[in-house]
Amino acid sequence: MRRLLITLVVFILLGLGGFVVLTDPRVVSPAPEIGTLPAPDIENGKVLFTIGGCASCHATPGQDDRLKLGGGLALASPFGTFHAPNISPHTRDGIGNWGVQDFVDAMATGTSPRGQHYYPAFPYTSYRLMPPKALADLFAYIRTLQPVEGRAPDHQLAFPFNIRRLVGGWKLLYFDGSPFRPDPSKSEEWNRGAYLVQGPGHCAECHSSRNRFGAIIQATRFAGGPDPEGKGTVPNITQHEEDGIGKWSKAEIAELLKTGFTPSFDNVGGSMAAVIRNTSQLSDADRLAMAEFLKSLPAVPSPPKPKAAQATN
Amino acid sequence: MIRVALVAACLTIGLSAVVAQTNPIVERQNTMKSIGAATRDGAAIAKGEAPFDAAKVQAIFKTYSDSAKKMATLFPDGSQTGDKTTAAPKIWEDQAGFKASLAKFDSEASAASAAATDLASFRTGFGNVTKNCGTCHETYRVKR
Ligand code: HEC
Ligand code: HEC
Ligand code: HEC
Repeated sequence: MRRLLITLVVFILLGLGGFVVLTDPRVVSPAPEIGTLPAPDIENGKVLFTIGGCASCHATPGQDDRLKLGGGLALASPFGTFHAPNISPHTRDGIGNWGVQDFVDAMATGTSPRGQHYYPAFPYTSYRLMPPKALADLFAYIRTLQPVEGRAPDHQLAFPFNIRRLVGGWKLLYFDGSPFRPDPSKSEEWNRGAYLVQGPGHCAECHSSRNRFGAIIQATRFAGGPDPEGKGTVPNITQHEEDGIGKWSKAEIAELLKTGFTPSFDNVGGSMAAVIRNTSQLSDADRLAMAEFLKSLPAVPSPPKPKAAQATN
Repeated sequence: MIRVALVAACLTIGLSAVVAQTNPIVERQNTMKSIGAATRDGAAIAKGEAPFDAAKVQAIFKTYSDSAKKMATLFPDGSQTGDKTTAAPKIWEDQAGFKASLAKFDSEASAASAAATDLASFRTGFGNVTKNCGTCHETYRVKR
């Protein structure tokens, strides 16, 4: 009996130790190499900021200036409410004290300068596809913006999701921290589109369904699903003829990204309206590249709509 | 007696015709579809795929204004769900805001109509008015 108890205690301690080691942010996220980068290209940073939709979450709500990144917007989720933080260059309340390395780590590995994990409500799961050079450009652009005072409220998450450390386990299971690798067998345009859609554009973050732990189900990536914020559904944007946008031409997809008009002259609303505000500012070439990539997605039928998907997890 | 029965029959037929037409969800969707069709015509002109035609242009903006007025009456209580509506609950939570969005769409369409004397002025006005589509759909519409 005593032997058994001791064995049990040893196992629990081993388990805890394993948990601590495995979810240690430093172990999970090797810092990428920088310091050898050329001077930042602020114009490129602005393009990435636009397509990245940073303002959609981080702009101070209730005012019109999209470049005031004071944070505070509440983001509902099945796990509780997140509040987008202040990412303006304010030294006390924003990220004004950060170095390039801090920013690259945050965006590419989801780890804070204090060595904590970020929740994937911040879509670094997509942004990590941006190489360090691109992230340095983006950081340089954000540093040109106005510092905004004030901190966002804390997240309101249910137990156990309020334990940041658990995100480490989540990352082990679901987070691929590698940057974008171009496919040399495809055209330059396709590669540009693949990068914009999957990386900064983070289109799949909304246009996919998720498992109980909030991770995208890879088999139905881009095939639509319930809205992550619990309002209605997000459509299938694979090449499926009935469920998706298989019947749309490349030019029609590019037109949607420019004006918001679908081929039937409906105008997309909901959370897609903010995406269009961003993609409308890109070049025609970039919009066509994104359309080129979307036209190459395999046709995947929409998964059946789970009833009350939000309530069950 | 026969007269009464006939009148009653006529009334019932008449009434059911009215009822069939006033399913508010179907009607507002048809109204929106006509806005969509007008927008298709407008976009073709704006892009130079169709010639500028003053009468047609006025008709497009008139469709917008008439539809906006009509829409204001098509969201009665009880029509929140059903018939694949994509109307968001927000319409009923903030009726004043929704009606204000319709009124803004209406007045901007009238202003654009008055100002559209040639292709250039049409393009400006049309671009401006059609900004209302996404803005309203962003707040008051949800895909189900
Ligand atoms: C869908 C909403 C959303 C979008 C879009 C978004 N973020 Fe965030 N971001 C968040 C949330 C939520 C957090 C907080 C995460 C946490 O606390 O774990 C966050 C955190 C951050 C942080 C860390 C701030 C800190 O104080 O530690 C940075 C930096 C950041 N985001 C930059 C960006 C940039 C740059 C973009 C655009 C490329 C962007 N975000 C787009 C939601 C978003
Ligand atoms: C914040 C969530 C979100 C993000 C990010 C997002 N979308 Fe959407 N998207 C939506 C929603 C919601 C709709 C449905 C809007 C409607 O019809 O009113 C939609 C609609 C669409 C449609 C129209 C589909 C149809 O059948 O009508 C296309 C195409 C599309 N999105 C492409 C994209 C691309 C490309 C990106 C990346 C640049 C993207 N989306 C990013 C939420 C999002
Ligand atoms: C003031 C708000 C408002 C404005 C402005 C507006 N819409 Fe709509 N629209 C709606 C609502 C609400 C619905 C959903 C109706 C429903 O399904 O019950 C809708 C639905 C639609 C539909 C789908 C109809 C269907 O098949 O079910 C189309 C197409 C459409 N709108 C096009 C447009 C276009 C194009 C414009 C701009 C020229 C526009 N709308 C402006 C509120 C608006």
